[in-house]
Amino acid sequence: MASKQPENSLLGPEADSQRTLYPNVTGTSVVALKYKDGILMAADMGGSYGSTLRYKNVERMKAIGKHSLLGASGEISDFQEILRYLDDLILYDNMWDDGNSLGPKEVHNYLTRLMYNRRNKFNPLWNSLVLGGIKNGEKYLGTVSMIGVNFEDDHVATGFGNHLARPILRQEWHENLSFEDGVRLLEKCMRVLLYRDRSAINKLQIAKITEEGMTISQPYSLKTYWEFSAFENPTQGAVGSW
Amino acid sequence: MPKQQANWSPYDNNGGSCVAVAGADYCVIAADTRMSTGYNILTRDYSKICKLADKCVMASSGFQADVKALQKHLAARHLIYQHQHNKQMSCPAMAQLLSNTLYYKRFFPYYSFNVLGGLDNEGKGCVFTYDAVGSYEKVGYSSQGSGSTLIMPFLDNQLKSPSPLLLPVQDAVTPLAEAEAVDLVKTVFASASERDIYTGDKLEIVVINADGIGREYMDLRKD
Repeated sequence: MASKQPENSLLGPEADSQRTLYPNVTGTSVVALKYKDGILMAADMGGSYGSTLRYKNVERMKAIGKHSLLGASGEISDFQEILRYLDDLILYDNMWDDGNSLGPKEVHNYLTRLMYNRRNKFNPLWNSLVLGGIKNGEKYLGTVSMIGVNFEDDHVATGFGNHLARPILRQEWHENLSFEDGVRLLEKCMRVLLYRDRSAINKLQIAKITEEGMTISQPYSLKTYWEFSAFENPTQGAVGSW
Repeated sequence: MPKQQANWSPYDNNGGSCVAVAGADYCVIAADTRMSTGYNILTRDYSKICKLADKCVMASSGFQADVKALQKHLAARHLIYQHQHNKQMSCPAMAQLLSNTLYYKRFFPYYSFNVLGGLDNEGKGCVFTYDAVGSYEKVGYSSQGSGSTLIMPFLDNQLKSPSPLLLPVQDAVTPLAEAEAVDLVKTVFASASERDIYTGDKLEIVVINADGIGREYMDLRKD
């Protein structure tokens, strides 16, 4: 039975094939915290295709305008689309050429509206976003989920980071962390994630945003410690086991 | 390959409890500041209370993204009202607007459980309580949210208003003094935090009276 809908209609069963049902290439946790001079954010560089580690050089953190830093977990292609939307937003803001610029609060609000509106249309952008920045001395760190749940806090994380990193941050974060202490704290979180999140890889970047601007580290790997006595001579008590 | 069904829900419950109590010349609106998802706490410092007009405050719990969208919608409508009528919306007027706004999305609801509190045009306290699709009622006190099943019976015990069916019509607002009402609200949340896992961290209390709007905070259990 031929359908009478035009080809580009959003109604009917054909439209369902255009809606996101599940993510394909995904990034895992992003962790971020406020420190003395601004925001520090960490994310690894993995892009997983289901259980395969397909891409190992994915930059999941990008600078937005002069004052903000966006980190994303979830579908990488949706993150790229969000960057395109933000490009247009920042361009429009710059073209006014009036000395004003969108700060992190404004960008976070825009992203919240974007995610919520896509959720309303049942075609979500499958990401959890972390938006951090500093403008006129005021630090800001917020997060938005794929259904539009948003809030700001002194430290945030996405995905597994919520389960593994937030408890560490709740214990050890304090106001006015130095840069070195902030990095050390983030590395502690990322190391736990590396041990326990199977989609995490040992190649990460840490990005920093301050009044001066955004800098992102070269990719590097964390030292891991496997010298647990239980891991040495594991078959000692059970010959033939592994 | 058989057609894959969607495996995400457009809704989430971010928890929390809200309470409002109306007095002869004041109104107390309170909500905890915990935001959760599943068994996780997302943040301990999130306000569920929104000032909609000079004498009208709303506390909402449920799905945070919907709550935020609803607050923004009402704030925008209030701004238009001010431009058109050159005055603030009264609490009963805002109550009707909230009901209509919620029903408008009857077939894809705002998952938001609201209590509206404020002073009516005569300066008397009023509280309106809602469900997610806009059915509402003017009451002397109410609670909504994850702790409401624990809180409401206690408020009934302390503040029970006479049936609206009785004649002559009796007042629903409590004869309690403002300080006593605030104390009651603090007690109620301390108790709810003991047994409701989604209620805790901090309590935000807003008091509206003839002098304006006052705000205070109280710590709650963090577990």
